Amino acid sequence: MIITQKKPLDEVMAMVADAKTVAIVGCGSCATACQTGGEPQIAELTAALEQAGKKVVATTVCDYCCMNLGVKTKMKAINAANPDCVICMSCGDGVQCVAKNANDKPVYPSNNTMYLGEAVKFGVWEEACRFCGECVLGQTGAICPITQCAKSLVNGPCGGAKNGKCEVNPENDCAWIKIYHRLEATGQLEKLSARREDKGYGDFAYPRTISLRGKK
Amino acid sequence: MSLLKDALEAGKFGVTAEMAPPKGYDFTEQMEAAELLRGKVHGVNVTDMQSASLKATGLGLCIKLKQAGVEPILQMTGRDRNRMALMGDALAAASFGIDTMLALTGDHPVVGDCRNAKPVYDLDSVGILRMLSMMEQTGCDCGGNELAGGAPKFYKGASVTPVYEPLFLQINKLRQKVEAGAMYVQTQGIFDLDTFKRFLEAVDKAGIKTHIMAGIIPLKAAGMAKYMNENVPGIDVPQHMIDRLAAAAAEGKEKGVKGLPMQLGIEMAAEMIAKIKDEKLCDGVHIMAIGAEKNVPTILDKAGIAI
Repeated sequence: MIITQKKPLDEVMAMVADAKTVAIVGCGSCATACQTGGEPQIAELTAALEQAGKKVVATTVCDYCCMNLGVKTKMKAINAANPDCVICMSCGDGVQCVAKNANDKPVYPSNNTMYLGEAVKFGVWEEACRFCGECVLGQTGAICPITQCAKSLVNGPCGGAKNGKCEVNPENDCAWIKIYHRLEATGQLEKLSARREDKGYGDFAYPRTISLRGKK
Repeated sequence: MSLLKDALEAGKFGVTAEMAPPKGYDFTEQMEAAELLRGKVHGVNVTDMQSASLKATGLGLCIKLKQAGVEPILQMTGRDRNRMALMGDALAAASFGIDTMLALTGDHPVVGDCRNAKPVYDLDSVGILRMLSMMEQTGCDCGGNELAGGAPKFYKGASVTPVYEPLFLQINKLRQKVEAGAMYVQTQGIFDLDTFKRFLEAVDKAGIKTHIMAGIIPLKAAGMAKYMNENVPGIDVPQHMIDRLAAAAAEGKEKGVKGLPMQLGIEMAAEMIAKIKDEKLCDGVHIMAIGAEKNVPTILDKAGIAI
């Protein structure tokens, strides 16, 4: 899921400083799970805005703020309330999708979008994938060196691990030592000896579009 | 062609030193140290912002050393430069007659003194070596385009950490570095010859053929040794060495003589180098004096090494 974190309230208030009326769009998927864009967070933000003398004229929760068709439907009520601006409590993708459907109203994010992560337990999310575009998990014991190695090394570890911990953040285990132990446990250590070709970055210039229709 | 290559391939005991460019643009101190090293070593590694601490670029000092008649070894890390910048530096280096290099991954910016710098890591050490080997083989650049006037050739090296758990990972990566074109390898500082021998056996067992140069770090004080044990990956100074340094410091204090631990560090380094050479453990030594490059000639004299 896409992991988001709330922006400091002051930063959000500064963005909407000139608005008298505000609408809020939450997100029913990742941001709800991250406690950054669900019903309770909408209520919290509403109270803060009203305390600052603003009127919250409409709120809604899109199932997925990143899915244009659903957002389009939900935004009808928001646009009908004619707010001075919209605050979107989703990831950066959702904010952009909501903005496309907000007519001429400014749309502001209440969250910072952090990473693609895994909910390891309630309230704890670990970064898991950096969208490198060419998954190597099949060779690395299903542990991602692009994400879990701070240098995204693809040919094995640097010499920087100390007691199995990463030089960049000693709270993290060295990804390559984890990969080694995993491959040892699955009887696949020979995978470490395989030559990995450099994938380069030429095919990964952004922004990209993937279409099953053969065109954008 | 590379002085280090000539020495190692002729079966001579290779000797290299290491030097960091200044944090600034006055190279006087480095050039003074270079004067002392001339004729004493087969090359001087110039570090590439070691510990991710900002310095003048290594290529600058390499050029100055070359012009002063001291053979430089250009260290190249993938931390700050993508493949285009690295290859561009390699070409520029070659135009000054620099023909020996060493590839490293590079310490991460967040452990250094300019922590907001963007880490690049387009290529790691293996990737840098492969790119240069490919350039030499094809005469083409990193985009596959022909280089004007052909490709320069480098005597390429890499590093390895003998004290590492699991050692399999270091041996495996060393093999990849050698396959990628590393013709010599300098190790992290070693302090215990038995550990080093076990590492050499593992390299042998893996069938890896390369010239290995043992990393030597002359200790300056017990505190330095303890600090390195705690903070520098791959460093394991045995307690008996730390005790000897502490005893030297105590003796100096009692007699009112300064510098006894540093002198002892020089002796211990020389002793280790002499043993490595006498027992023919490996092909040479790489002395990392960490700012005390002026001591390198003394260490070599005491070890009975002349190139």
